[in-house]
Amino acid sequence: MSGEPVIDVHGLTKSFGDKRVVDHFDIEVPRGAIYGFLGPNGSGKTTTIRMLCGLLTPDEGEGTCLGFDVRREAGRIKEQVGYMTQKFSYYEDLSIRENLDFVARMYRLDRRRERVDAALRDLGLADRQKQLAGSLSGGWKQRLALAACLLHEPQLLLLDEPTAGVDPKARRDFWDEIRRLAAQGVTVLVSTHYMDEAIQCDFISYIAYGRKLIDGRSAEIPSMIGLVTYRVSGPDISALEAELRKEDGVEQVARFGSVLHVSGTDREKLDAVVEAYRKRGTHQWVEKTSELEEAFIYLMAGARDNFARDAA
Amino acid sequence: MSFSFARFLAVLAKEFIQMRRDRVTFAMMIGLPIMQLLLFGFIINSDARHLPTLIEMNDSGPLSRAIVSAMQVSDYFDIEGPVRGASAGERALREGSATFVVIFPDNFERDVMRGQRPELLIVADASDPAAVGGAVGALSGIMQTAMAETFSGMLSSVAPTPPPFGVSVHRMYNPEGRTSTNIVPGLLAIVLSMTLVMMTAVAIVKESERGTMEMLIATPARPLEVMLGKILPYVLVGYIQTVVFLLTGLTLFAVPFEGTIQAFFLGFNLFILVNLALGFLISAAARSQMQAMQLSMFTILPSVLLSGFLFPFAAMPGWAQILGNIVPATHFLRVVRAVMLKGGGVADVAGELWALIAILLVISTIAMLRYRQTLD
Repeated sequence: MSGEPVIDVHGLTKSFGDKRVVDHFDIEVPRGAIYGFLGPNGSGKTTTIRMLCGLLTPDEGEGTCLGFDVRREAGRIKEQVGYMTQKFSYYEDLSIRENLDFVARMYRLDRRRERVDAALRDLGLADRQKQLAGSLSGGWKQRLALAACLLHEPQLLLLDEPTAGVDPKARRDFWDEIRRLAAQGVTVLVSTHYMDEAIQCDFISYIAYGRKLIDGRSAEIPSMIGLVTYRVSGPDISALEAELRKEDGVEQVARFGSVLHVSGTDREKLDAVVEAYRKRGTHQWVEKTSELEEAFIYLMAGARDNFARDAA
Repeated sequence: MSFSFARFLAVLAKEFIQMRRDRVTFAMMIGLPIMQLLLFGFIINSDARHLPTLIEMNDSGPLSRAIVSAMQVSDYFDIEGPVRGASAGERALREGSATFVVIFPDNFERDVMRGQRPELLIVADASDPAAVGGAVGALSGIMQTAMAETFSGMLSSVAPTPPPFGVSVHRMYNPEGRTSTNIVPGLLAIVLSMTLVMMTAVAIVKESERGTMEMLIATPARPLEVMLGKILPYVLVGYIQTVVFLLTGLTLFAVPFEGTIQAFFLGFNLFILVNLALGFLISAAARSQMQAMQLSMFTILPSVLLSGFLFPFAAMPGWAQILGNIVPATHFLRVVRAVMLKGGGVADVAGELWALIAILLVISTIAMLRYRQTLD
């Protein structure tokens, strides 16, 4: 993780009609990093990824991707980027081998047969290579798509919600593969909705409604927000949850099984509330370090407010 | 389980909402019947009038002038002007700029006076028997009128009946008046436009509908490479269709092939390109394969009704003829008929070929403009 950043863009903006989908977005991704790209649906993640790999031209903003200008050198970027679309985007009426072979030809790869054979072996699909891609299950389609966008040995992988609709086992395998690639020096930018996936990223950028809310090393995200969290356990937790939500100073109550995580950004106010409840003696209150989980729940709640302001 | 009226209403309401949202389908529902009605009601008229007619006047006199004027008055013939020599007249027929050439023989007036019954020769382009049928049928009435004009007043008592001259109609290109001779070559235009427009449009829309277009654009492939690669297979489809069609037409229906293969080759290649461009244009406008199919159907209707395929072009009102000239099938149809039935060469169909080139340029320009927009 040294040297020039693989992605370095500033002020990226894109509108469709009068809707500003991405609004002055900045990001710097160091080589070999797994960069998580988080945000609610429709927050502009896909549009940003499309701008980074040269599919869309930004209205405003500039920067480089793999050292090439995102505006003028889209062709060069495409040659070294592997882009995995959100929806399965290979030919369902071609066989697995035919799909891989087609992609190899699009990149004008040498030793085509060899590469396709190797990809089929790695996939574990060598004996099913004649099967039509359309007949594969969700998890296998995802593996085929990953294999196809790795064929040309890209330096940068852009993965747009790659694990949507894939079962947990396949998701775990997928992330093992991503980590293995990152260890080899491949840079990965991955958008996701899943908390367990976000935790595996080295860096996280959270965007909502086209604007970046926070960006940094994933371990530092909770302290960047400045969230104070208490862990509460005891009887009749649902009633307590409803009660706490009304308290001033409590910005967030998240339930994890039979315990509550109560958080706020204003320590004084929150401590006052906690003091009052402690006196009742019904529940146990323990301060804990805020984790990514609380941070994301907080960000998502904030994003809703953000959008409400826009709508007003 | 009993029938729930509320559930039934919910499905009904949902269906209407979806119907309204799908603009193209909605437009087709309203537009198609109106278009059909207008086309069938106003344009289709098998009693063709105002057929372009040239006069080869080798002897001028009161009777010949009366005959020409009676023809003009009848509405069936539009006298376009004089023509000199047999070859000029034949050429006009082959190009389709004239449907009739009327030839008054030398000394026509003198021979009539001498009672020698000269022959008035009417050469007709009978490749479409329906188009000339009405006009030919009206001839004897026209001749009666011309006689009455010439021998009017005092002379009316000496007016001879039957007329003191013969009229012989020479049906060129399709002497037996077989409908299939005319329809079969025309069918090639319809078959090509039906299949090629739809196949191209659907093939391209399929890529965007299934999401594979995004993968294609993400590779270093250039749009031109992708589009050429996608469209060229359909040129081959057009070739196969044409060969199959020609073989069946020539053997099974005994349709003649009188003209030059070069003229035919130029014509059908241009027409295939025009159809592919049209399919490409439709693909840029349609959002789903279903819409692409519907829009293709929409273009096929004018090809059938306005091109002169089923109904004589000359029988259509002026505004419809203008519309018909925008339809590529109209020009290809004329090329095929001129080449196969009338023995035309490249020079004879040059006008139609240029028209196809012009249409091709216009459609491809619009299509390219639309395509660039949809990428970004």
